[in-house]
Amino acid sequence: MPGFLLEMQLPGLMPDGGWILLAKKTITGPAFIENSLPNVYAHWGDFLSAMKDTLIMELWAGSVSFLIGLILGIVLTVTRPGGILENRIIYQTLDKIVNMFRSIPFIILLTALMPLSRLIMGTAIYVRGAIVPLVFGCTPFFIRQVEAALAQTDYGLVEAALSMGCSPLDVIWRVYLKESIGHIARGTTITAISLLGLTAMAGAVGAGGLGDFAIRYGHDRNMTDITWITVLVLVIAVSIVQTFGGWVAKKNTH
Amino acid sequence: MIELIHVKKEFNENGRSETIHAVNDVSLTVEDGDIYGIIGFSGAGKSTLVRCINLLGRPSSGQVLIDGRNMMELSPKELREARKKIGMIFQHFNLMPSRTVEENVAFPLKGSGLTKEEIREKVHRLLRLVEIEEKAKDFPAQLSGGQKQRVAIARALANDPRILLCDEATSALDPQTTASILQLIKKLNKELGLTVVVITHEMAVIKSICNKVAVMEHGSLVESGDIFSVFTDPKQQITKTFIRTTSNVSKVYELVDTDSDVVRLETGEILAVLHYKQLLVSEPLISTAVRRFDISLNILFADIEIIDDKSIGDTVVIMHGDYENLTRAIEYIESNHVEVEVIKDARISA
Repeated sequence: MPGFLLEMQLPGLMPDGGWILLAKKTITGPAFIENSLPNVYAHWGDFLSAMKDTLIMELWAGSVSFLIGLILGIVLTVTRPGGILENRIIYQTLDKIVNMFRSIPFIILLTALMPLSRLIMGTAIYVRGAIVPLVFGCTPFFIRQVEAALAQTDYGLVEAALSMGCSPLDVIWRVYLKESIGHIARGTTITAISLLGLTAMAGAVGAGGLGDFAIRYGHDRNMTDITWITVLVLVIAVSIVQTFGGWVAKKNTH
Repeated sequence: MIELIHVKKEFNENGRSETIHAVNDVSLTVEDGDIYGIIGFSGAGKSTLVRCINLLGRPSSGQVLIDGRNMMELSPKELREARKKIGMIFQHFNLMPSRTVEENVAFPLKGSGLTKEEIREKVHRLLRLVEIEEKAKDFPAQLSGGQKQRVAIARALANDPRILLCDEATSALDPQTTASILQLIKKLNKELGLTVVVITHEMAVIKSICNKVAVMEHGSLVESGDIFSVFTDPKQQITKTFIRTTSNVSKVYELVDTDSDVVRLETGEILAVLHYKQLLVSEPLISTAVRRFDISLNILFADIEIIDDKSIGDTVVIMHGDYENLTRAIEYIESNHVEVEVIKDARISA
């Protein structure tokens, strides 16, 4: 019975696309995979690397978007009219930019940002080339999620904190962020899942990933079992993200 | 001492040409140790006014002096330090829902230079002071309204302020809880020498704890003074309206209007309200009048209260007697600082 090599590696974005190797193990697949999912079995290596690509895109674009989105979401919240650092110019400008990027379809963003991608990442293709457009596609959405989460904070809490002598930075950390961890966790979950959807389109710039895998084999070559397994993996991935996000949100709601 | 001098606060809504004068040229002085009540209907500008004291809402013009220090000239950092000495509590308590009672009270103590142990000790001392120590580990959502306000008071006192601002602090509470919170505020005023500013729309709140009162209407202060003189001798119609809400004597007017049996008079009787303005408890006014002028007097109902340690209130009576004696009895009662308002007169004229 033929086996295949499973490499357990930490996804890293080395310039050469290399991974940090954790363990190597040869796994012998049960016979039913070979029989009932022949195409998946035949393209197992591709399938694994598609998962790897999706994971890299999700983690890197997600982390960068999380950071930028959180900061800009806060900026929008505090500079809005009536906010603690009210600033019309900053608010209006940022608000318009967010709206603009939110209205550009991702598939257009993917190609439109190629020059910028080349500038930042050194390439506009493959997984590395997809990160920049993914960040641009995901961040505005997350900014709105953060904004909505922070808007749930009762302004009375902000007022109480100010009356106790808190500085604007204190209010951001100790009231806005601390009091909306639950809401931010929910927003992050929604964003992470929608980002997973975006990564499926990244195949357009040769980034690979599960979406691309399903299109190339499942659809183009009519290998239905590949489509089904890909969907199954995505369902599991979404469930994990959703469960984790829900758990964090629940732990922080009293 | 808090001094507001010609304070104005205007809001200019974007895109609208009209300016809203939320606070219109208000001057008032709160002395150390006062419990100063500011009363007005909603929208009168009282919450905006109280926010001018700690500059949560910066006045458009005028001066805010606290112990002689002009708050408007402080740098942001100095203002934050100054705010630590002005506690504030709110109608909806504004406790941090993700923090326990203990953590809420410790909230303003971060960066105060106290060690963890000192903070813990202080928090528990404050919780004991407001009598809610057993709830230290609870989250706000597990507390009743009155308990939440107690925690909010403890939190407001964390930095040992000299002033406590209460913005409709009892408006979301039931009458019994309101009374207990007011008693607590009074106790803090006495024991800690705390100067208190109370914002409310309920005259009963003012009556039960304040020693001074200011009445606000449409952003302006229309009447102010010590509580006893305002209650006994209100000048403005709005003040009279507020005072009437605290007394059940106003019912008599309704009864007269509906010609109720209770206030139907026999010949030779008058229906009157005795307005006590300065009751000398030592003098049995009514029984003296009855004996001296040979009249009979039936008390229908009365509402006498102790405000600022003095008696004040109204008594509704039906007096019976001949014309001469009734007139002299009324004169006698009035000469003892009780205003007699005759509502219905069925005397037989002489």
